Amino acid sequence: MHESNSSAAPERRIRVLIAKPGMDGHDRGAKVVARALRDAGMEVVYTGLRQTAEMIVNAAVQEDVDAIGVSVLSGAHMSYFRDIKRLLHERGADDILVFGGGIIPDQDLQTLADLGVGRVFTPGANTEDAADYLRTEVGRRWQQESSNS
Amino acid sequence: MKKNEWISSVYAPAAATFPQRRYNFSTLSNIEPEPLYTADDLKDWEPDTDLGYPGEFPYTRGVQASMYRGRLWTMRMFAGFGSAEQTNERFHALLKAGQTGLSTAFDLPTLMGYDADHPFSAGEVGKCGVAVSSLADMELLFAGIDPERVTTSMTINSPANAIWAMYIANAQKQGKDLNKLGGTLQNDILKEFIAQKEFIYPPAPSVQLVIDTFEWGPKNVPKWNFISVSGYHIREAGATAVQELAFTLADGFHYVEKALERGLDIDEFAPRISFFWDVHNDFFEEIAKFRAARRIWARQMRDRYGAKNPKSLMLRTHAQTAGVSLPAQQPLNNIARVAIQGLAAVLGGTQSLHTDAYDEALALPTEAAATIALRTQQIIAYETGVAGVVDPLAGSYYVESLTNQIEAAALGYIEQIRAMGGVEAGIESGFFQAEMAEAAFRYQREVERKERIIVGVNDYVQEAVQVPIQLIDPAVEQVQFGRLAQVRRERDPERHREALALLHTAAVTGQNTMPAFLACAHAYATLGETMDVLRKVFGEYVETAVM
Repeated sequence: MHESNSSAAPERRIRVLIAKPGMDGHDRGAKVVARALRDAGMEVVYTGLRQTAEMIVNAAVQEDVDAIGVSVLSGAHMSYFRDIKRLLHERGADDILVFGGGIIPDQDLQTLADLGVGRVFTPGANTEDAADYLRTEVGRRWQQESSNS
Repeated sequence: MKKNEWISSVYAPAAATFPQRRYNFSTLSNIEPEPLYTADDLKDWEPDTDLGYPGEFPYTRGVQASMYRGRLWTMRMFAGFGSAEQTNERFHALLKAGQTGLSTAFDLPTLMGYDADHPFSAGEVGKCGVAVSSLADMELLFAGIDPERVTTSMTINSPANAIWAMYIANAQKQGKDLNKLGGTLQNDILKEFIAQKEFIYPPAPSVQLVIDTFEWGPKNVPKWNFISVSGYHIREAGATAVQELAFTLADGFHYVEKALERGLDIDEFAPRISFFWDVHNDFFEEIAKFRAARRIWARQMRDRYGAKNPKSLMLRTHAQTAGVSLPAQQPLNNIARVAIQGLAAVLGGTQSLHTDAYDEALALPTEAAATIALRTQQIIAYETGVAGVVDPLAGSYYVESLTNQIEAAALGYIEQIRAMGGVEAGIESGFFQAEMAEAAFRYQREVERKERIIVGVNDYVQEAVQVPIQLIDPAVEQVQFGRLAQVRRERDPERHREALALLHTAAVTGQNTMPAFLACAHAYATLGETMDVLRKVFGEYVETAVM
């Protein structure tokens, strides 16, 4: 995985993949978040439209990202998150944080949390919150990683 | 006293004592308004030529002389979810609640030309619209609704020819007169490449399929609007009002040019071209956008494209309040936003209107939320008095100045697009993507820096309240699978094979595809089967992602 540094090195940059699964072409939010995270100093990969769960997970593993942001506005979020989490598990990549965005009702948030999905940013959310959340959550995972190694 | 005298001698000293609020007063298109508008701002403005009268060139004041005194706009609420039976129920409920036209939302597989039982469709069936995979679904969707009496709008683009053919086949099976069928097909593929991204084939063959409807429609279903050139999705994807106006008109002109290249008579097809605008929060800017749109369209259609029929010069439009402006926080506040946006659409002179439900950011609307949205229109229509006077804001120093400014800015963009080789060139180069991503990002930053206050989002925040939402029954997939299997089992295989062969021949030889699509509909060919025929001929389009 990552080259291990002797301390929590400040130069290690968070790598994020922003993904649009399935047929939903509403990509405004995904692109805004991608740019905001890049401005916040992260390395961002945007995979474009019409990705299958397999394509997203492959890209995430290949790009060695710390987090995948999945944006769904069509209502089909449940099956995509479920597939992405399952495929990450099969690839032994559970350490990659999966977070979300789009039109996702409150009723589904608990189910997503039970799946192990992180925060979900719905319309009206703040991109700085998203950046802060990633710093905190990915930072926490890095610390776990270094204490486990 | 002249305006600048007043500014320097009266306004400036007053502003020194009571400073202006530190707030971004610019419009959503970043037009910086002055504190006051007077006749001095309209020096070069000629009311006779720039305004005229309602129902007369250049139609700035509206396309009909009597506007809403004659007939109110059509209250057309967009609906569709789950199975054809479920949406049919919602249609009947909306008509019973006083809605005056139908508007159909299809699910993503349908929009992308896949049958409900295609592997790509998993998880999406019936989710953000109704699933229609064959004429059998169309028959159930419009059961008990007379197509000669109720006009229907269908939000369908890449598979528009196929879905329209199913609607027409359903009417024919009931013995209806096609001369009496009224409705609108969205059928605007260019804005899919620019904004909504529900494209299948590359731009050039996609546009030719649209032109097939331009050619076939007026001769066969003369009252049907076979295209609704849409700004709505462009705006929702992050564009400003000026970009929405410019890109949409550029799309409209592109279709006109392609139809002329095919040898069609402009005055035969242009009267059936309709438009579709978004109505966002900036009240006066939205009103000005509608007025500028009509003026630009009328002038260019007459002077650049040589149209002579007055109906070719009239920009008739549907409007929808801006879904993108409705946050998930404090969703009931969206009722107020939608009312103000709906009022702007009416003051802008729209022909039909969809008002969003307050739960837009949460899920598809519940029936209760959709009813409030419809009631909002009825309140605007009957209780505010705005429907009693035609174009009541004409002559407002600010509204006319803003109309002029928006018109000039949009024309600048339209010229820029023409100079780069047209809309298809702009799609290929990523021009539209880059412009819109930039605008969307800038707006988001303004909100996050509190340069723009969105009530309940970045100020006046309170604890979240739960509102009930519309849930989609996952059983809809099984219903669709069963019906598709039955259709495949029961149709006449010979007739089905011939119809698909006819479509293939039409696509390969460049004949008009509409007669073949109609044959496919009658033969109960599925949507996926017809779209696959063309996938083999035209190939599929993959866009380059622009961030």
